[in-house]
Amino acid sequence: MDPKFEKGGKFWWLHSTIDAFESFLNVPGTVTEKGAHVRDAVDLKRIMIVALLAAVPAALFGMWNVGYQHSLATGTAPSFWPDFWFGFLKVLPLYVVSYAVGLFIEFASAQIRGEEVNEGYLVTGFFIPLIMPVDVPLWMLAIAVAFAVFFVKEVFGGTGMNIWNPALVARAFIFFSYPASMTGTGTWIALRKGEALIDGATGATPLSLIGDGLSSLEGTGIQYGTGFWDLFLGTVPGSVGETSVIAILLGAFILIWTGIASWKIMISSVAGALLVGLLANAAGLSDIPAYYHLVMGGFAFGTVFMATDPVTSAQTETGKWIYGFLIGTLCILIRLFNPGYAEGMMLAILLGNTFAPLIDHVVTERHISRKLKRARNR
Amino acid sequence: MPDIYNIKRGLDIPVNGNAPLSVKKMAGGPAAVCPGDFKGLVPRLLVKEGDRVLAGSPVVSDKNHPELLLTAPSSGTVSDIVRGERRKLLAIVIEPDGLDGKAEFPKRDPSSLNDSLVREALLESGLWPFLVQRPYGTIADPSVTPKAIFISMFSTAPLAADTEFTLGPDLIYIQAAVTALGKTAPVHLSVKSEDSAFAGIKGACIHVFKGKHPAGNVGVQISHVSPICKGDIVWTVSPEGLAAIGKLLLEGRYDIQRKVAVCGPAAEHPAYVEALPGASLTQIAGLSGSAAEGLRIVSGDLLSGTSHQAATGRLGFFHNQVTVLKEGTRKELLGWMRPLRLNQFSADRTYFSWCLGKGRRYDMDTNLHGGPRAFVMPDSYYSKVLPMDIYPVYLVKACLAGDIDKMEKFGIYEVLPEDLALCEFIDPSKNCIQDIVAKGIDLMLKEMT
Repeated sequence: MDPKFEKGGKFWWLHSTIDAFESFLNVPGTVTEKGAHVRDAVDLKRIMIVALLAAVPAALFGMWNVGYQHSLATGTAPSFWPDFWFGFLKVLPLYVVSYAVGLFIEFASAQIRGEEVNEGYLVTGFFIPLIMPVDVPLWMLAIAVAFAVFFVKEVFGGTGMNIWNPALVARAFIFFSYPASMTGTGTWIALRKGEALIDGATGATPLSLIGDGLSSLEGTGIQYGTGFWDLFLGTVPGSVGETSVIAILLGAFILIWTGIASWKIMISSVAGALLVGLLANAAGLSDIPAYYHLVMGGFAFGTVFMATDPVTSAQTETGKWIYGFLIGTLCILIRLFNPGYAEGMMLAILLGNTFAPLIDHVVTERHISRKLKRARNR
Repeated sequence: MPDIYNIKRGLDIPVNGNAPLSVKKMAGGPAAVCPGDFKGLVPRLLVKEGDRVLAGSPVVSDKNHPELLLTAPSSGTVSDIVRGERRKLLAIVIEPDGLDGKAEFPKRDPSSLNDSLVREALLESGLWPFLVQRPYGTIADPSVTPKAIFISMFSTAPLAADTEFTLGPDLIYIQAAVTALGKTAPVHLSVKSEDSAFAGIKGACIHVFKGKHPAGNVGVQISHVSPICKGDIVWTVSPEGLAAIGKLLLEGRYDIQRKVAVCGPAAEHPAYVEALPGASLTQIAGLSGSAAEGLRIVSGDLLSGTSHQAATGRLGFFHNQVTVLKEGTRKELLGWMRPLRLNQFSADRTYFSWCLGKGRRYDMDTNLHGGPRAFVMPDSYYSKVLPMDIYPVYLVKACLAGDIDKMEKFGIYEVLPEDLALCEFIDPSKNCIQDIVAKGIDLMLKEMT
């Protein structure tokens, strides 16, 4: 590195930034100083880029779906490439804002702390547009990202130290501060200026109809296709990346295969959701079949990409079972008992994040007392 | 029948440069006593430059236990006393005189000894420091009677010396040492298979440990056989220590020469050499002057050894291995972004080392492969290479926080830094886990004693 960027140099304030770009291009020639003389070739950059790649199918599908939904809602004949292009142009600004705002804060904080820039935001920044309604105003997104990165990550000490998933907090921020942009029917379908929904198109997500029961879901099927397989495939309105369960399962496969995300969290979250769904059916609270919950709204995306965030999820193996189960059950409970805000997954995961340290504490304390007991019995 | 333990968790690092089973002659050079090899020893110098010593003559004693001696590894003249910062005593160098003079010690029949006679023999000869005390890995306290003595007769560390080869001929000495140590405390001896040369040793409880590294670490074995709890004290002895103790008892001579495996991807001619502790690492590795440039010569294995640039640059008292590595100062363009990185090993599944064939070995160097970060991956990422009933990340974080209570709860008594060396190896956040644990142990020593 040029001495100008070293401590005391003219451009010291750019040190972390330059270092980040340099180590992005090159694995640096740093050698081990203490401890193990030889180290594994893996680093966080690799893990993060694979986590990001796992979400690429969901992102690509989401872009196409934005265009597809636009075509349906305006009564034009859907066509693959124009739809994808429409969606791409709609989603791209979300990415630009997400990365520009997030990385700026990330680079500045790294410089202030005198650390290297952590690659965690690569993934967070990629996830944020995927859990937003496509029509969210960019200024709103910018404020939400700034809030999430600064108050949820940097003040705790950066990636690895945060308690809540920053991407979800960005979404929660918009949800609580600008509810009109997050709920209702106006926000999920992107329209060009001057365009209007055709008659019969509501722009509502299937999830927002959940309170009216299965019949209402199937009633809108004429327009958007809201049968189980449409929901599974993802050709329904919703946040950009959350609709296609197929694309998300592809990501889940990558994450589990590489061991980045915990299959235990995913399985127990699904189990928890199914259990509550079945109980609700049995008690006559809802006629929506339990398995519908798995393919509706943000459940799949949240379970695969958000709940499994290694930093904010439970650390211990037993803890992961409890943590995932808690998220699954909470999500469906919120969906069932709060139809006004049907998307329970965001709050379920944030609540799960909040309880994760407590779950781990209980698990480790039990482990310790078991060891103590065994020692005493000897 | 010995107890058999199948260790599931762990990792054998597939590094190139195993030493073939042949012994090469090495030109004799100066040996040395390095007090830094012994944790907890406060050295008091007993010789001065120019003094003549025999193999086994006292050179250093411990200020807290004056009966605890470090003795000269060979006969010769004290040629140099190396001191470091704040006059810390680093090494007492002994130039050999070629006479092979040895201090005389009485021959003893191991089976007729009692505890105090065994202790006396080990203390006066300077072999006592082979006894390492756990928790904390300090030099054993002569005033303590341990719960048990644990010995691992094999190492699973990368490119480790094959003790069946190096110590197989010394079986009678090892048997003698086990018999004698059995007078002090029950002896547990671990071997790598039922048909090991050492599986027939009498007077010890034999355990068979099968599995990947760190199954050969004595700390891991203790945690499976009889975990160390608060208040417990156990001792451990290295196989080389046993051979030396046996020679002392049966033949009355102090002989700590051992076969050292010179290995590693950058070793020019991997082989075994006969060497004394304190010999120069560059000399053992057969490298001199410019040949060692750009290389790191490690006393011990590549996970937990000490490099030749650090401290004394000499073979450690407990080491039977010298690993030669290339310094990885080269930048790697787009390294982490490449879909495949065929020449780099990773235990992580985001790379594809796992499907490139089991026999594949890698020329690893000392590159860090990344930059330091906070812990991101969960505990289970690390515990898959730690076959102990411990949450490694919790323990490491307790050490970082200096929280004595938590360190105790999360198992600081059971580990030495070497037991978590693999956690450090696989850590994508590139934390210096061994150093953190070592500092935690130092804090425990300071606060608890």
